[in-house]
Amino acid sequence: MNGFLSVFKRELKGYFATPVAYVFLVIFLFFAGYLPFKDGFFEIRQAELRLFFQSLPLLFIFMVPAAAMRLWAEERKNGSIELLLTLPITINQAVLGKFFAAWGFLGIALLLTFPLPATVYYLGHPDTGLIITGYIGSFLLAGTFLAIGSFFSAVTKNQVVSFILSGAACGILVYAGMPTTVNYLSTMLPANVVALIEMMSIQSHFDSILRGVLEVKDIAYFIILIVAWIGACTVVLEERKAA
Amino acid sequence: MIDVQRLRRSFGPVVAVDDIVFKVQKGDVLGFLGPNGAGKSTAMKMLACFLKPDSGTATICGHDIITDPIGVRQSIGYLAENAPSYNEMTVGGFLNFVCDARMIHGQARKKALDRVVPLCSIESVYHQTIETLSKGYRRRVGLAQALIHDPQVLILDEPTDGLDPNQKFEVRKLINGMAKDKCIIVSTHILEEVEQICTRTIIIARGKILVDSTPQALIEKHKCSLDEVFRKITSTKKTA
Repeated sequence: MNGFLSVFKRELKGYFATPVAYVFLVIFLFFAGYLPFKDGFFEIRQAELRLFFQSLPLLFIFMVPAAAMRLWAEERKNGSIELLLTLPITINQAVLGKFFAAWGFLGIALLLTFPLPATVYYLGHPDTGLIITGYIGSFLLAGTFLAIGSFFSAVTKNQVVSFILSGAACGILVYAGMPTTVNYLSTMLPANVVALIEMMSIQSHFDSILRGVLEVKDIAYFIILIVAWIGACTVVLEERKAA
Repeated sequence: MIDVQRLRRSFGPVVAVDDIVFKVQKGDVLGFLGPNGAGKSTAMKMLACFLKPDSGTATICGHDIITDPIGVRQSIGYLAENAPSYNEMTVGGFLNFVCDARMIHGQARKKALDRVVPLCSIESVYHQTIETLSKGYRRRVGLAQALIHDPQVLILDEPTDGLDPNQKFEVRKLINGMAKDKCIIVSTHILEEVEQICTRTIIIARGKILVDSTPQALIEKHKCSLDEVFRKITSTKKTA
């Protein structure tokens, strides 16, 4: 437990000790505000954050891998992994410590979008439940992308390669469920295969959380993805830490 | 305190460490010598539980490196080659992180820092970030990190590499000062260092232990300087 906490603390502090956190937050918050407005945040004349939450998967495809790419790649490149894993810290504690610190950081980034809900509360009477489930869904989504990102960060020593691979993986998960993709796929694949692909994509699960229904199957989807990718990350790291 | 039993590790077709066996007692300063690529660092990484051996094992202070790696890591101080650390942290922040990880809290932490910072003479850079430090200072920070919990066993991979002559002298003095109640393994390329600090020396080449003796005995046996002894042993064995 102590190993976990010490890594968690160091990592979270590390974000703010470098320009990483500030650059990330500024760019993220800019686009988190810009995208919903571009889609007509005011013009739809409804006190809700649906447009904001719907723009997040696309934004996260670029932003979350950027936050995750350094997690292990940097550590392996400059050799500090040898220091970290010769302290009395197990590899699981280190992986989880880093993951939760990065997740916490993304949580902070999400909380800093508070002007958007503040705006809709000022202008009307939004459904608080929808906003809360929207944030829960977005946080789970960020965690899922982050788990994917930390896996690819453990695979390579090169941060750029890690960024591109995890961005591509997250993109596939999101786009597999987009209506355009589903339509295209149904022209050449049997219907049940298309339905399966759609069910495995992020989109359908994220959408149903955004509708305000917190179902076990949707939450379980994200949790399973997180656990699986983090588990894979641990295995790969154990294998490759010294290479 | 260190008991190495037939440790072996290969990387693909290359056998980096081949069935090495040795013991180190309290009060010993063991010099690990060998040409580049001999397997010194690999052996040390296995003792520090960073690499898993292919076969064989070792016990350090009663903890087995395979079944109880956390116990081993708690009882050793390890300075890796090139003294890796976190560049964006300050020296103080870094040492505090190591204290966190080693569960040194409160009064004990203050005492540990008060002891180790002057010991490694890093007071003047305590608030600087590590990336701004020179190579010598970084290595001293690495040394401070390895000494902070006052471990019984020290494993130092080229602790004086990249230091200026004064700093080398300081580090040797430091090691000599700690020698009698600890068990220390040092790897180095500098043979005069071995004569000055080591009570025992192991020469290793291509993964195998060629000599396990004391520096004095080697010099007397071969009747020449340690430099020549080293060349003789490591180069004749290569052609044989």
